[in-house]
Amino acid sequence: MSKTEATLNGDSQWPLWEVFVQGPEGEPHSHAGSLHAPDAALALQNARDVYSRRGGVSSIWVVPAKDIIASSSAENGLMFEPMDSKVYRHAQFYKVPRGVKNL
Amino acid sequence: MNADLFNFVAGLADDRLVLGHRLSEWCGHAPILEEDIALANIALDLIGQAQNFLKLAGDIEGAGRNEDQLAYFRDPAQFLNLQLVEQPNGDFAFTIARQAIFDCWSVYLLEALSSSSHQELAALCVRAAKEDRYHWKHSSTWVQRLGDGTAESHQRMQSAFDALWSFTPELFQATAAQQKLVAAGLIPNLSSLESQWRKAMNELLEMATLKVPTVGAAAGRPARSQHTAHLAPMLSEMQGLARAFPGAAW
Repeated sequence: MSKTEATLNGDSQWPLWEVFVQGPEGEPHSHAGSLHAPDAALALQNARDVYSRRGGVSSIWVVPAKDIIASSSAENGLMFEPMDSKVYRHAQFYKVPRGVKNL
Repeated sequence: MNADLFNFVAGLADDRLVLGHRLSEWCGHAPILEEDIALANIALDLIGQAQNFLKLAGDIEGAGRNEDQLAYFRDPAQFLNLQLVEQPNGDFAFTIARQAIFDCWSVYLLEALSSSSHQELAALCVRAAKEDRYHWKHSSTWVQRLGDGTAESHQRMQSAFDALWSFTPELFQATAAQQKLVAAGLIPNLSSLESQWRKAMNELLEMATLKVPTVGAAAGRPARSQHTAHLAPMLSEMQGLARAFPGAAW
């Protein structure tokens, strides 16, 4: 990791990082929140201090927020609405035939 | 022997109580929110360690004083902390330098004490060493970044170490009482601490492009029995509530 990436953003803050925290081992990492830090090593330390202080954490990921590619809410209609009319993609759509014991 | 062991354990406690209180003074004032939380976490770790060590000291003394009585109802002259930890916070670089000097020493000290033949003391030190290893990681990370950062951060970091270096001989001043505890097998021989600490600090300062300050011959005062003018005002703030409302609970 580079030694110092402490370039200031337009809002005079350090770069923004998104934090993902894993509970018990094997669980997925979930988004916990975000923080500011000058570089990756301090982002990890800050994440430890801010998001794992109540325990129960087995792993942390930090990701530069600028490197996350997000969908645009303006495209929600295009991206997600078609899925709403496809009930057959849900398991509940299918009736379990009577008499089936091992499904 | 009990009095010597009480003094030694109370010294461990007072270092942590005083430094923890100093760090807590940053709460709401740190340069950024994330560091505010980090310093508060470290402060809470240290105060928790102090509570455990003071409780043990009270048990060793056997005079019925508990951790609260020892923390809040002793006067400055009875405190056994290092002068290093009672120094006011100064700027962020000063706080970080004070912390790095202490953390590095504390990790080696607690690791050594983890093999004490006094089982309760050893168990507390095992737990505390784990916390202090993280503190050292945090403070040394900052020393590197500030030392090898901008011209201003470098200069502030160097001035902080220069100003604090004269307090470092006290870390390694072995008292006659301490020797007796070693002879009794209650604590391990701590004579290798200084060279371990020097090596680690030299490496850190070099990585941070800082100069290792020099310090004159150690003053001949007995360790931990004298304080600078900064301890009393700090304690009066820390002890004010407990003394105004004895037995207050929340």
